[in-house]
Amino acid sequence: MDPVPAPLGLLAELTHRCPLGCPYCSNPLALEPPADELDTAAWSRVFREAAALGVLQVHLSGGEPGLRPDLAALVGAARAAGLYTNLITSAVGLSERRLGALVAAGLDHIQISIQDSDPAEADRIAHRAGAFARKREIARAAVRLGLPLTVNCVIHRGNIGRLAAIVALAAELGADRVEIAHAQYHGWALANRAALMPTPDQITAAGPLIEQLRDAYRGGLMLDAVMPDHHSGWAKPCLGGWGRRSLNVTPTGLVLPCHAAQTIPGLVFWSVRDHSLADIWRSSPAFAAFRGTAWMREPCASCARREHDFGGCRCQAFALTGDAQATDPACRLSPDHAVVLDLARSARDEPFRWRA
Amino acid sequence: MTSVAVPVNARPKLARGVRMTTSEAHGGPVLLAPERIVRLDTVAADIVSRCDGHLTLAELIDTLAERYAAPRETIAADVTTLLRALADKRLIDL
Repeated sequence: MDPVPAPLGLLAELTHRCPLGCPYCSNPLALEPPADELDTAAWSRVFREAAALGVLQVHLSGGEPGLRPDLAALVGAARAAGLYTNLITSAVGLSERRLGALVAAGLDHIQISIQDSDPAEADRIAHRAGAFARKREIARAAVRLGLPLTVNCVIHRGNIGRLAAIVALAAELGADRVEIAHAQYHGWALANRAALMPTPDQITAAGPLIEQLRDAYRGGLMLDAVMPDHHSGWAKPCLGGWGRRSLNVTPTGLVLPCHAAQTIPGLVFWSVRDHSLADIWRSSPAFAAFRGTAWMREPCASCARREHDFGGCRCQAFALTGDAQATDPACRLSPDHAVVLDLARSARDEPFRWRA
Repeated sequence: MTSVAVPVNARPKLARGVRMTTSEAHGGPVLLAPERIVRLDTVAADIVSRCDGHLTLAELIDTLAERYAAPRETIAADVTTLLRALADKRLIDL
């Protein structure tokens, strides 16, 4: 029997290019150059190999996937491979006509990011004038075309006070789902952590408000919330466990267990240019490094939750302790838990560092 | 446990953005939805595959009672419970 379970999802980062410059961007600080991006044929092969490996859903993302002129062809290739095809987009750079072509190619679902319910603040965070108006327009076009729509909003100190207005905006746009996603402190969000981190009082207030909003919109808009792990005292399983459910392909073809995995030094990532996806999933050193529980030390190794949270987030463990094998400090059992408690109080008004 | 009843003239169908497929790697029928994957057992898959937006719940129950040679009341309870649960998860429209 194959000891490695089949993955469920593939995040395809089609490009790192993006017309926006959000200060919490999850892309790495060093972006991969456009000239080295995988071409249509290479991505199509990746989608076929993913489906053969057991992947059921592909998330076409970036950067901004709309900057790929071959996006409709890529949607078509993913659908032809049998994958459920989800587009994760800023909507800036898309048009109703292009959306129509994506629908015709078989796009199953679209997720559009918004930065805020306040137009001026939304454009400030997106670092692009007119972005908010454009997003509204494209969201409405998606709904007109019959595409199921999720609105995603990254939550931080600057917009956490407008949660109700953000959810109301998603409802007004005709979304089926809204994702309230607290910033995850990797990539640019890590560089801007102090300026983004909500205060403990804000986090405490947000929990019950989200439950109220969930009830208020029940039956209409579905509300999914990703809460921060700094305050709960428990680590979250990284994507359901390292190398258990999903894989991430970068614009140039490197395959990562999660989008932030390159922040951990010493991991060896294989490329779809050199290996089949099945080979990479089963045998690449980066996937093997933290798969399962054998790599764990105490307190994880003997913990009853080890098959539940898989030791938490490896990238966060490294970022906060300098040791990728450490227990995620978000966990109250971690000897480094105080680091996280300090961070949760580290909110500080300072200028953003903007993605160039 | 009580749940809101499903009207017998409802014509259940997969919700917008939901597709059913069969995955060898994941052990059979699954529903694919935005950011979600739900595994179905073969009986549930048989029921869901008949939710085409044309058949009414009453017709669905008749068909399944015949197919599984089971009392109509038993089938009605099972089908209603399943469809209500899937509707609550926004996977089926009733």
